[in-house]
Amino acid sequence: MSLAIRKETSGLVAHGVSTCAGCGLELAIRVVLNELGPQTIVVIPPGCAALFSGFGRETVLKIPGIQGNLGNTAAYAAGIRAGLEVQGREGITVLGFAGDGATVDIGLQSLSGALERGDHILYVCYDNEAYMNTGIQGSASTPCGAWTTTTPGGKRTGRKDMIRIAVAHDIPYVASASVGYVPDLRRKIRRARDAGGPAYIHIHAPCPVGWRFDPDKTVEVARLAVETHAWVLCEVADGVARLNVAVRKARPVSEYIRLQGRFRGVPAEEIAAAGEEMEKAYRRLLQALGITELEQKGDTGEES
Amino acid sequence: MAERKVLDGNEAVAMALRLVRVQVIATYPITPQSPIAEKLADYVADGSLPAKYIRVESEHSALAATIGAQLTGVRACTATSSVGLALMHEVLGVASGCRIPIVMPVVNRSLVSPWSLWCDHQDTMAVRDAGWLQFYAGSNQEVLDGVLMACRIAEDARVLLPAMVCLDGFFLSHASGVVLVPGQAEVDSFLPAYRSLNLHLDPDDPMFVNDLTPPAEFTEMRYQQQLAMQNALTVIPEVEEEFARAFGRRYHLVEGYCLDDAEAVVVTMGSMSGTARYVVDALRSSGRRVGAVQIRTFRPFPGEILRQLLAGRPAVGVVDRSAGMGAEGGPLWTEVKSAMAGVPGCPPPAGFIAGLGGRDIPPATLEKVFGLLLEVAAGQSSAAGNIWIDVGENPLGLREVGI
Repeated sequence: MSLAIRKETSGLVAHGVSTCAGCGLELAIRVVLNELGPQTIVVIPPGCAALFSGFGRETVLKIPGIQGNLGNTAAYAAGIRAGLEVQGREGITVLGFAGDGATVDIGLQSLSGALERGDHILYVCYDNEAYMNTGIQGSASTPCGAWTTTTPGGKRTGRKDMIRIAVAHDIPYVASASVGYVPDLRRKIRRARDAGGPAYIHIHAPCPVGWRFDPDKTVEVARLAVETHAWVLCEVADGVARLNVAVRKARPVSEYIRLQGRFRGVPAEEIAAAGEEMEKAYRRLLQALGITELEQKGDTGEES
Repeated sequence: MAERKVLDGNEAVAMALRLVRVQVIATYPITPQSPIAEKLADYVADGSLPAKYIRVESEHSALAATIGAQLTGVRACTATSSVGLALMHEVLGVASGCRIPIVMPVVNRSLVSPWSLWCDHQDTMAVRDAGWLQFYAGSNQEVLDGVLMACRIAEDARVLLPAMVCLDGFFLSHASGVVLVPGQAEVDSFLPAYRSLNLHLDPDDPMFVNDLTPPAEFTEMRYQQQLAMQNALTVIPEVEEEFARAFGRRYHLVEGYCLDDAEAVVVTMGSMSGTARYVVDALRSSGRRVGAVQIRTFRPFPGEILRQLLAGRPAVGVVDRSAGMGAEGGPLWTEVKSAMAGVPGCPPPAGFIAGLGGRDIPPATLEKVFGLLLEVAAGQSSAAGNIWIDVGENPLGLREVGI
């Protein structure tokens, strides 16, 4: 059986993919791949992003790639880069594209190894804050207070801060990003691609199914996360930290939390504690990056 | 021109990998494999091996990086041992399922628990069904030659399967012996430059590797692997023949020794095989009709050749260097017994467990094995599996026993 392509897609990702309605990851992968272009090799672990690697004889991507294992995306990428280097093949981006579980939990060791060695890979984590493909199980990226199927009473601890962890490896480029700020994401992908060494981008990618909000609100939820300090848009390029979207007067985090069913049923005092934890995490990150509030210039994040 | 050198098994591995011109190396150190990782790093550092060396943070990443590299169209390698191989387990299936002909030396060492740094075959036996070819070397010469042949076999278009070249920890890896090291030109004419024949990663010819596969296709893809294993049984003797013409050393899937009139035959793998031949010589000098069989290729299992060699023998014994926990015998015995089942004139083989966790298999152990087999041959005893031939006198007196 062969399938004819009736209408070429405008980018490197096919139309009609099998992601859920309102999927934040889908927006992320379209933006990332279109920015990187066809001279890219991608490693995708099992998980939601594997919907893009394909099923059986079909693939969704127009670039080469491999679905590896859950915990070694960075190692596959490192090997691919070494193979290209030894053959003198330049101008190819080697991209690891993995979810939060495959990055901050089971893949952390492999990622840390590649970053420490200085392997020239671009690692992108799309963070939907739980194991969504297996059915909304909690990960180290699940925020405090959030319900998942393995944190039925709300998660007791905060998120593992991957930005600080990545920065601790002293690599050329680290950035956080969000599907609510696409121009900012585009710029960061280009910057990471041209970093000349390991680069890490962590994209906040809301999940309507797992977070329990309407699928038309993905971008709204993503933006609200930034406006409430539940998520931060920053980058560290060659050791220089920068806040990309300065939110001096944060909206109450309860606005962000109330939009999502995953925080419903959690007692009010625990929600308040979760909000405090998010604000603390925001301040910890800024402090760790050496960004004081007075210096928070930032930009609108709207540049293209 | 071949050079005569004194090498230990790990040096033989490293030299072989340099001779086959690996271009990407990803290794993580583990006793007793570490000297391989060190030697390859030296070669890259001194420029005698133009390759990229990835100092990975685990064996799990080692094999992933090796796969990634080889998919770009280069010969890549790693090497491991014991729990390192166990940590690789899920990645082994990617290499075999994606039909990537990686050659990986494995220095055989026992698995936990109890902790042991020393040799047995449980590590590679635990992954015997992972879809990798498995060759077991009996000497350091076989180690070096085995790597050269494994590349040819694994990369053959009819096979395209990854291969483990297994060498006994310490008994081979750290014991020195004379090895004839072929010249680079001879190896180059035996083994052409690597060319990817199947899946590859190249932006100029995009494909997606290792997709989720539905039940409607999974069985067929597994079946392809099984056919490749069967093809290997044809390809291996061809490569062995070519190797003999090129280098003057002749190998066989299964090596028989003094079988002509042998009534009691012992089947072995790995470094104990030389000891078995020594014991055969000694027993023959006192008039015993004994012989030995060394299995060099365990995957694919050479059942047909074994049936030819063993049919009609009054007594056959198999020495396993790993315990088939809960089975009726060790894994090698299970395979041999299965191969010989129903063959006229083939009584079931006796199964011996020996040499676990670094315990030596000296001539005395194999003399005991032959002694029992000669009793079987004389009709004075019957064969069984699970004969722990070298177990100590009071095994229940040791710690961690609940009975």
